[in-house]
Amino acid sequence: MPAPMTIAEKILAAHAGLDEVVPGQLVECDVDVVHANDITAPIAIDVCRQVGNVVFDPARVALVPDHYTPNKDIKSAEQAKLMRDFAVEHEIEHYYEIGCVGIEHALLPEKGVIVPGDLTIGADSHTCTYGALGAFSTGMGSTDVGIALATGRAWFKVPESIRFVFEGTLAPGVSAKDLILHIIGMIGVDGALYQAMEFSGPAVAQISMDGRFTMCNMAIEAGAKTGIFAVDDVTRAYVESRAERPWVEYQSDEDARYARTIRVDLSQVEPTVSLPHLPSNTRAAACCNDLRIDQAVIGSCTNGRIEDMRAAAAVLRGRTVAPNVRCIIIPATQDVYRQCVHEGLVDVFLDAHCAISTPTCGPCLGGHMGVLASGERCIATTNRNFVGRMGAKDSEVVLASPAVAAASAVAGFICTPEQLD
Amino acid sequence: MQFTGSVIKYGRDVDTDAIIAARYLNSSDMDELAKHCMEDIDPTFAQRVKPGDIIVADENFGCGSSREHAPSCIKAAGISCVIAKSFARIFYRNAINVGLPIIECPEAVDAISEGDTVFFDTEAGIITDLTTDATFNARPFPPFIQEIIEAGGLVARTRKRGGVA
Repeated sequence: MPAPMTIAEKILAAHAGLDEVVPGQLVECDVDVVHANDITAPIAIDVCRQVGNVVFDPARVALVPDHYTPNKDIKSAEQAKLMRDFAVEHEIEHYYEIGCVGIEHALLPEKGVIVPGDLTIGADSHTCTYGALGAFSTGMGSTDVGIALATGRAWFKVPESIRFVFEGTLAPGVSAKDLILHIIGMIGVDGALYQAMEFSGPAVAQISMDGRFTMCNMAIEAGAKTGIFAVDDVTRAYVESRAERPWVEYQSDEDARYARTIRVDLSQVEPTVSLPHLPSNTRAAACCNDLRIDQAVIGSCTNGRIEDMRAAAAVLRGRTVAPNVRCIIIPATQDVYRQCVHEGLVDVFLDAHCAISTPTCGPCLGGHMGVLASGERCIATTNRNFVGRMGAKDSEVVLASPAVAAASAVAGFICTPEQLD
Repeated sequence: MQFTGSVIKYGRDVDTDAIIAARYLNSSDMDELAKHCMEDIDPTFAQRVKPGDIIVADENFGCGSSREHAPSCIKAAGISCVIAKSFARIFYRNAINVGLPIIECPEAVDAISEGDTVFFDTEAGIITDLTTDATFNARPFPPFIQEIIEAGGLVARTRKRGGVA
């Protein structure tokens, strides 16, 4: 009998061809999917060409031009072209052209490219998002990904896991984004350094699939290697109609070893914001009314899914954005965009004087579609509020949920939806 | 490998947007990016950095994005190695892969001051502050990491071994 293991350990063991692994062990694994974006792929492709210009499996590589697309300038167009040419040359199955593309971490699960039990790596730090599916996924640099493009293999240090046990019920108007900001505020930006954050407990079933993506997405903001949820009925309902391959479900053993266990009473979580310049700098949103905003961004790999759009629309319906405030809405994928049209959310956003963008990472990393001027402040449903992240080095980003970002856009200062009434 | 250099010191949580802001990532030209290294937290870095200089920093150096441009542009700026109390994990991997030596040594970070001249022997894991004569022991690189650094990165090492195809 192998020793008791966590989900993360089981997935790594299975992909290393071992019966068991222990934290700290270095293992070399076969990976199921390797992906990169228009910023990281050019370097990874260069690496891949240098080591033989082969692709281990064109069906298991995803190249997603999402960061600076539709291209913002000539240099970014050259990078996107380099990736497109490589995709054509190697007949990469999961290359998504503009018009089909979405933000990678929303798109790949939506299209069923990544499935439960997978071990995936991507040249993007928010690759940890797919842990929401019960996969082990982690971000790496372009060199690791370039070598993996060619070999389908990568080495890993087996991480310790931190177990978060959720109890109680989230109050109305409190979202998964508030919960993950709350957790990062509690443990700090290196509170889970080199570790896996396993989200579990009796209250997990009430966290929707979109909410789980949001939470795993931000595991990296606590320094974690990945966030991970066990597969349950919520996961199965999501993947059944999407998965392009059979999937494997892993559960942690009851006596698996954890670095620590942290219990979180969900009823205590409030609408939360992270003030500049670290995601761990959290406050209750309701206590930040003195902070005026110039812009609100609702979108990104963290909060650009349909549930996020609905939460924003629920607040914006029948209201308008404050004078001299820009509210930019970015559905993360074409399917999310289409659903916004079908559900009438686009009308709500237009009536509220929001700008609606085609899917792109855009302003989240200060790329385009909403870059900040000196001294400006933006409330954003994105994931990082580092110095200069969205533009000028003395601009500010405040992280929030879609509902709080929408309410703040209407008020012109940071507030909760309840405070609008 | 051995390095001697003058120290440029930073605090904790130096993130990858601070090391190289995303607004420059429409280029992968590291010499170009090196001109903007550390720009948002230390606008004078690019002017004052000298070849061989050593960055010393507190906890969680390199947190944030997986952009490999971060360690690559530090290397292109002329920095010989980075000594920190701890590193964010993706940055750690990336630094090794691009051949930028990095080492964790909290005691050294506490004792070393901006402008000190520091000697670092990667094989022995010994850091010496030549300004104060203080010596610190860090965990030396295991042989395979030593090999990657000496080859100049993971690609160079992979090619040296005959590539993949």
